[in-house]
Formats: sequence, structure tokens, C-alpha cells
Amino acid sequence: MPAPAARPASASTTVVRRYRAEPVWVPWVFLAPFLLSFGVFLVWPLIQSVVLACQQTFGPKSTAWVGFANFSFLLHDPLFWKAVSNTAIFAAGSVFLQLPVSLGLALLLNRPGLRGRTVFRLVFFAPSLVGLVFVGLLFALIFAPRTGLVNSVLHDFFPAFDPEFPWLQIYVMPALILAALWLYAGFNMVYFLAALQGVPEELMEAAALDGAGPWHRFRHIVLPEILPVGTFVVLMSLLGSLQLFELPYILLTGSGPDNRGLTIVMYLYDNGFVTGDLGYASAVGWVLALLMGSFALGQRWLNKRQEES
Amino acid sequence: MSLSNAQRQKLLLIPIYIALTVAGIFTLIPFAWLVCAAFKSNADIFTSNFLPLGDGFLGVAWTRLTLVNFVRLFKELGIGVALTNSVFLSATSALLATFCCSLAGYALAKFRFAGRGLVMSLVLAALVVPGSLLMAPGYKLLYDLGLLNSFAGLILPGLTPAFGVFLFRQAMVNAVPATLIESARIDGAGEFRIFFTIVLPLVRPMIGAYLMITFLGTWNNFIGPQIVLQDPASFPLSVAINQLRGLYGTDYGLIMSGTMISIAPVLALFLLLQKEFIAGLTSGAVKG
Repeated sequence: MPAPAARPASASTTVVRRYRAEPVWVPWVFLAPFLLSFGVFLVWPLIQSVVLACQQTFGPKSTAWVGFANFSFLLHDPLFWKAVSNTAIFAAGSVFLQLPVSLGLALLLNRPGLRGRTVFRLVFFAPSLVGLVFVGLLFALIFAPRTGLVNSVLHDFFPAFDPEFPWLQIYVMPALILAALWLYAGFNMVYFLAALQGVPEELMEAAALDGAGPWHRFRHIVLPEILPVGTFVVLMSLLGSLQLFELPYILLTGSGPDNRGLTIVMYLYDNGFVTGDLGYASAVGWVLALLMGSFALGQRWLNKRQEES
Repeated sequence: MSLSNAQRQKLLLIPIYIALTVAGIFTLIPFAWLVCAAFKSNADIFTSNFLPLGDGFLGVAWTRLTLVNFVRLFKELGIGVALTNSVFLSATSALLATFCCSLAGYALAKFRFAGRGLVMSLVLAALVVPGSLLMAPGYKLLYDLGLLNSFAGLILPGLTPAFGVFLFRQAMVNAVPATLIESARIDGAGEFRIFFTIVLPLVRPMIGAYLMITFLGTWNNFIGPQIVLQDPASFPLSVAINQLRGLYGTDYGLIMSGTMISIAPVLALFLLLQKEFIAGLTSGAVKG
């Protein structure tokens, strides 16, 4: 039955090959899961949180309208300000300790001719796979009196050192910052390394031939090139610090001695899920969101200024 | 006789190797210490730092190492259930999120339709909403929907993260040629078939990376299950090990082996998939 093959091919293909518009419904079907979960689990809770922020609740069931009282109580609660200042100290510690370490590691790894770069990168990156909960558990054990690694090593080297020394009772913030350094240094390093690999090699060589020392080359060639990534990493660290919860909550089994490990999100959690006032927790959430938003806007403003100059 | 340039370069690398090795040791020590402690009895944890000293090979008392902590965890304390819960939650979340995000990313990358710009700005808006703002109202919502204390209450809110939609859109804009899709349509392939047989294989590195990201994120999530789940039989490792520590706080061997069980699988998974993982991350970041 040779009939179909005998038909003149050219005529039919010009008709069929014409661009067939994709059916209108297709993208909407593909987007359905996103739109559905966006509406149900983002837009609706956001609206709810505005309403809740003006209510006092006891669990999800009983509520009372309090207007802006949550916010005025919040701003007058010394505990909230304690949480804010703890969070600020932690953020400063992470930015000023973590970022130089991350950048330093990246600079070392980026050295031309270095062997084993992949292995080193893997090693430094490994801690960032460990969740904050488990880092908290691990460092609680490391800083533990008597059995902890820190105390037993110190006691071995300096027999006068008291093996019962309670690090987590005394040096709360340094312990937190150190644990975060272990966790995030390699993670930030990956970003810096990617940026450093974008620095043109010829430019560095030309500068070296012209007699520019390592510091000058870093200051005038490398730094401008990696600055955008740098501000991005700073922003990420700040936003991450503002949302700090699990690490101190687990490491200190709560807010720590004298609330020295209390963070804003822990304050939110305690009020919302221990006391059961979801309304007040929503108000805390909004204040936190405002803080984070202002940091993000600040970073955009800085980036703009850099581009203009 | 002065050194050649190449030799000088090599000499200059020595301090760099030393610095990197020292940093590497500090990075690995917590892991090594944890693994050693997990295999020691509580008595040996008190008396030795890493491995118990003795007269075995390399001066280590290998015979004193023990599995007693793991036996207790699995036999007496039923940590196997928590392990299963973690695997189930992480795998389900990762598969569902990767599927839904790749679908949405494909729609935004390769279709022209009225409202696309609007949906794209919804995605970007969702990216900036902090999770902690949604904690309290999200809890109330799950209560209203009757999803508290269920796995669905943990999985559904993370069904289609905006971050994933964004990543897949970026990857597909360049990696999937429009002509390929068009010719498949001309050949009469259905839209879902095009998606599964043509589009998805082209972004395989991205799929690997995103599966890994969401798996890790769920595995390491603590606050979610802590708030949503109440029945101890449904706890994943993150919550279960923390509970264990509340009950057996001074039983260090138990806590250390529990922590090790929680960390080791994700590290192993990463080591197995790291090529795919890194390829996916860079393809998403560079080609965007």
C-alpha cells in the first residue's frame, strides 16, 4: 500500500511545519503546584499574621483583640532588647571573624600551581552539610566539662587547667561564634573562591611585572573584582544571624545563663510555642522582617553607590 | 647560583600547604573526635581523648572499641524509627519539591503567556519573605487545616519553594532550546511527555543539585518538626536526638553515636554525589 508515501511531501509539510502555538492552559497547569502552595502557605499566613499581630492568643483557639499593644509591649520588654543585642553581637562576630577567615582560605586555595585544591575545598565545605541542630549537639559535647574535647586537651597540656571549667556558662557568645565559624567558614569560602576565579590572570601578571606588590595587587585588582560577592556574603551572614535560633537553643539547651544566648527568633519561639501567644509571636515576626528588610535595602543602596563610583 | 622562577614558586607554596593543612585539621577534628567517641564505652570517654591508649597496633587499644552505644540506640531506644522518619521525610520532600519546582520553572522559562511577568514577580516576592515571619500564622493554618502532628503538615508547606522555581527557571532558559520543544510538538508529543523526555534530561545537573539541597534542608530541619509533630513515634532524627539528650544528658557515648548517625548519611551522600552537586550549583549560578 504505497499510497501515503506517494503523496507530494512538500505541500503537506509546509502546512504542518507552521509554528503550532502552545496550548494556553499548559503553563498554568505546570504552575499550579507553585500557585497553590504560594496562595495557601504564603499569602494566607501573611494576611493572618497581620491580623494575629494585633491579637493576644492562647494557643490557636482563644484570641482577644489588643490592637498595637503587642508592639508597644515588645518595644518596652527588656528581654526583647536583650535578644536584639545578643543577635547583634553574634552578627558582628560572624562578619568580622568568619569573613576574613573565609576570604583567607579562598585566597590560599586560589594560588596558582596549588595541588589538591579539590580535596581541601571538600574538607572545608564538609561542616556546612551538618545541620545547625547537630552542630549545636556536637559543640555542646566539645565544650562539655571534663569529657569535652576542649577541656581534656587543655588539661593534658596544662595540668593546672581545671577540667571542670564550664565554658558554656561563662563564654556563651564566643562558643556560639566559634561553632558558627566552624560551620560557615567553608561555605562562604566557596563563594569567594568562585569570585576569585573571575579575576583576570593576565591583569595580575601584568601588575606583577610592573612591580606591584602582593598587597597592591590585592587592593587594586582583586578587591574591586570580588566586592559584589563580598557584600552579598555579608548580607547573607547578617540575615542568617538575625534568624539564629537552633544553634544556641541546642548548644545552651535554651537561652543560656542569664539569657545571654537568647536570640530574636528564640524569643519568638518561646512566646509563640512555649507560652502559646501566637499573636505576640506574629508581632515579633514583623519586627524581625522589618529589620531584615532594612538590611537588604542597605545592601542594595551600597551596591548602587559602588556601581556609580 | 639562584633559584629558577619555577623553583621559587614551588618554595612559596610550602607555607600555603602548611596553613591549609592546619586549617583542614581544625575542620576535621570535631568529626574525628565524634566518631572515636561513638565507638567508646563511657568509661573510655572519660579517660581518653580520641582512641583509648593500649598496647595494640599504633599504641591503641582497638579491642576496647565497642558497638554498645549503637546497640542501645537501636535496640532499647528505637532510634531506627527516627532514622526511617528522617529518610522518608527528606526523600519525599526532595522528590516532590524537585518535581514541582522544575515544572513551574519550565513554564516560566519556555512559555510566553499573559501573566508570566506577574507570576515571576510573585516568585521573587516569595524569596524575600523570612521563614520566621510565617512560623506563628503557619502553625495556626496547620491547626485550622487539621494538619498538625502529621507528615503532610511538614511536607505540603515546602512543596514548591520559590527558590527552587527560580533556580530551575534560570537553568532552563539557556539549557533547553526552544526549537527542540517545537519540533517535538510538531511530531505530536504531548506536553507532559516533552517535559519528561526532553526538558528534564537537559537539566540533569540542576536536578541532582536541587534534590541534594532539599534533602539536606529537610534532614537538618529542627524547628519545623519540633513545632508540627507531637507524637514521639513520628520524630525525625533532629528532634529525636535532642529529646534523647534531655533524657540521657550525661550518657555521652549515647549522644555522640546518635549525633554521628545523624551526620554520617548526609556526608556520605554528598561525597557520592559531589560532582553532580557542584556542577549543578555552578551551572545555576554562572549561566543565569
